Amino acid sequence: MTKKTILYRGAEAEICLSNYMGFKVIQKKRVRKSYRIKDIDSRLISFRTKEEVKLITGARLQGVSVPIIYDVDRENGTITMEYIEGKRVKDILNELNERERARICEKIGENIAKLHNNDIIHGDLTTSNIMLFDDCIYFIDFGLGEKNGEVESKGVDLHVLMEAIESTHSRHANCFDYVLNGYKKELKEDANLVVKKIEEIVKRGRYR
Amino acid sequence: MDDCKDPILLYTSGANTQITAFAEGKYRVFGETLDIGIGNCLDKFGRNVGLEFPCGPKIEELAINGKKYLELPYSIKGMDIAFSGLLTAAGQYYKKGERLEDICYSMQETTFAALTEVTERAMAHTEKNEVLLGGGVASNKRLRNMVQIMAKERDAHFFAPSKDLCIDNGAMIAWLGLLMYNSGIRMKVEDSFIDQRFRTDMVDVSWRD
Repeated sequence: MTKKTILYRGAEAEICLSNYMGFKVIQKKRVRKSYRIKDIDSRLISFRTKEEVKLITGARLQGVSVPIIYDVDRENGTITMEYIEGKRVKDILNELNERERARICEKIGENIAKLHNNDIIHGDLTTSNIMLFDDCIYFIDFGLGEKNGEVESKGVDLHVLMEAIESTHSRHANCFDYVLNGYKKELKEDANLVVKKIEEIVKRGRYR
Repeated sequence: MDDCKDPILLYTSGANTQITAFAEGKYRVFGETLDIGIGNCLDKFGRNVGLEFPCGPKIEELAINGKKYLELPYSIKGMDIAFSGLLTAAGQYYKKGERLEDICYSMQETTFAALTEVTERAMAHTEKNEVLLGGGVASNKRLRNMVQIMAKERDAHFFAPSKDLCIDNGAMIAWLGLLMYNSGIRMKVEDSFIDQRFRTDMVDVSWRD
């Protein structure tokens, strides 16, 4: 392992840029927390690292673009994965023309449906965690994800994206409708159940 | 306490467990319990094993002599948290004959770690660098200690009121009344009433920016 550059420090993990057998990689390392006892700390770090890898590889098996996992070290909570060269959807969405924006958003929706068809809940679907590279939609950071087939979970997953679009891309709030169009096309179960669930969640009126 | 200007509040009492902060004109709820409050969780367990109400202080005392960590469900979803699974599991350990001290220790360590984690997530999410404790469970020394360590590790400031101000008290209500009055809000006593379903995020906050 060569030298590392820290790109981002979150509440739970550090994201480093590094090199692995000649590949440019991202290393996600879950940091030890001294406020909790070692029993809990080790268990959480090991469990979450494993779960995240399972979700990422699960997504790839379904043909959804995600970073390739090169290595995992559960004990140290480190995942070494492909560095995605593309751009964050957050940074490009407002710049696209309406037709392109609709096309990209539909594609996002189709890919979310592919995840949901296999009960993969991303858990943090914001436009910072969705990337565009080579006309492919990539999902990154499954750190808050889970395997769950309930309509509620799928609704919550999409609701997070709806809020992200409304707050970060407020001039193009119709983007979420495009996302839903793509989602409905690809989802195997009745997408209207999920759409109804989203409306129900909005009515509950929680703020994030 | 005077230096505390714009904190994330970890509010832990019998009925409530919320992570709130001021954002865009309201005290918004960033995370909360999905089932029961932390105080309620501790009290229910305490009553089941024959402790006197309120059980929190008694559990804190017993936990000091806990030696063995018993694995308990750790349930957080984003910035939300749940305790009912843990309450059931703790009860099962008691039935199996595990030492009460060990169960109390394990309950405190698990629930407080989860509370500290969601609080840290809210701090990262809102980019605030102050954390304030409130509510009856905030009297617990171990909870204070954990949140304090978390704050220190992220170069944030930690605040906790004295124990008598953590539990229900008139001072906090009077203080809020004064702030509201000074900002021009008026209400007749006969127009005021108690609404137990009222939430912090339903109030437009006109007395600060």
